Amino acid sequence: MEFLLDSILSALVLLWSFDPDLYFVIYVSLKVSFFSTLLSSLLGVPIGFIVAFNEFRGKRAVITILNSLLALPTVVVGLVVYAFISRRGILGILDLLYTQTAMVIGQVILILPLVAALTIAAVGSIDEKYRKTAMTLGATTLETARVIFREARFAIVAAVIAAFGRVIAEVGVSMMLGGNAKGFTRTMTTAMALEYDKGEFVLGVALGIVLLAISFSINVLFNVAQGRTRS
Amino acid sequence: MRNIMKTTIVSVSLILFLGGVSFGQGKILKMSTTTSTENSGLLNVLLPEFKKDTGIDIKVFAKGTGAAIRDGVDGNVDVIFVHDTAREEKFVADGYGTKRYAVMHNDFVIVGPKNDPAGAKGTKDALGAMAKIAQAKAGFVSRGDDSGTHSIEQALWKKAGVPLEKKTMEIVKGGTKATLSFDHPKGLGEWYYSIGQGMGKTLVFAEEKQAYTLTDRGTYLEYKYGRKEGLDLEIITEGDEKLFNPYGVIPVNPQKHPHVKVEWAKAFAEWLVSSKGQGLIADYKIHGHQAFYPDAFPGAK
Repeated sequence: MEFLLDSILSALVLLWSFDPDLYFVIYVSLKVSFFSTLLSSLLGVPIGFIVAFNEFRGKRAVITILNSLLALPTVVVGLVVYAFISRRGILGILDLLYTQTAMVIGQVILILPLVAALTIAAVGSIDEKYRKTAMTLGATTLETARVIFREARFAIVAAVIAAFGRVIAEVGVSMMLGGNAKGFTRTMTTAMALEYDKGEFVLGVALGIVLLAISFSINVLFNVAQGRTRS
Repeated sequence: MRNIMKTTIVSVSLILFLGGVSFGQGKILKMSTTTSTENSGLLNVLLPEFKKDTGIDIKVFAKGTGAAIRDGVDGNVDVIFVHDTAREEKFVADGYGTKRYAVMHNDFVIVGPKNDPAGAKGTKDALGAMAKIAQAKAGFVSRGDDSGTHSIEQALWKKAGVPLEKKTMEIVKGGTKATLSFDHPKGLGEWYYSIGQGMGKTLVFAEEKQAYTLTDRGTYLEYKYGRKEGLDLEIITEGDEKLFNPYGVIPVNPQKHPHVKVEWAKAFAEWLVSSKGQGLIADYKIHGHQAFYPDAFPGAK
């Protein structure tokens, strides 16, 4: 119990002291997660929408593959990307390994299936009658797609939030591709892993509490934004 | 009534099943050690021999020295095998360990890229080499994980007269405020990478960035000659007494943690400093190079 209390107090002290290192770690976490969520949404939402909206052969197979990719371990993504971008890899000359760009690449691969699969589920759950009504009213395919997209938009936003949650909390890709360099590629999760390695558990949990607080604030913001559009 | 019987049988068999993991497997000793000990491969020679002599199996948890000592403090393991003499002595003084046995030492080397951009090569003087690297702002990768290697690196920067930034952080421990601090040269994230990872990862990071780093010789030899892909880094500085790295083994004190297997832990410590253990350590070669020097019998071949 004392341990938890210590951790909570430490989290408050850390936040309150405006420790520049802590804020930099938070900044790197948010920046990398933001870009990987943005890129994977720009790719994953259209992919998911196209798959869900159209009927084609092998559609079920595509969905099954996407769904199984949800279980993709971060370490596997890390290893595969690592093999490509390390100095010995075919993209080695780009000098990408242990940079924030490398982390974004790995994280996009990690959550692209998640965004796509959840978008498919979101679009799939829209009642068939919307499509039929739109078509009967003489809407073109594009217009019908717009109607469906409008109906599915909250579920799609939820997909993006889920993806953001997955990347800001993941540690495998960030550690393997970012390398946990302080003041450069250290994120909240790799910092926590490090504190564990050092035996500084209190600080590790304190960082975890900070991470949860940030994730909570972001979700509140999203909620407010959604409430506005709804009314 | 039948239901109670059923529940009892199920729960008893469940307990037996779960407990079975630890039943009937003979003597098992838990040891926390540093990643460098594990990475060097020395344990792969020592532990099977120890088992042959005593029948005791050792489960190894490799981590940074800080975490390994923490395991001892928390009573998670029966024995620790680390290399940070000051902290080991404090561990014993605080009553967490019974006694520190000086086992062996190896040495650190400064490694770096072949083309040596800082011009640090060709001297035995470790401090001079460190100063040159800092002056040239050539890349340097630091363990940054509070490990024994990290402590020595910080001490070397200080002794080399490189201006350091002291970083302190406030946390709460046992209800009162405490501070954590560590030193690093200016230029964090520009030329000085503090990555908070084990020795092997640090070497790979340094190779990737073609930067310098401080490493124990054992891990370096293992990565350089023990892997198909080798390691694209050269030894820049070696042989300075300041790069000396002593290892100690300490059984966890049963007065703090009555459940620890102190007898077996003591047996292991004494076996390590016996002529047999010391001989094995002296004979251990990593790709043709001696990596560890026995301390209990310096004369052991």
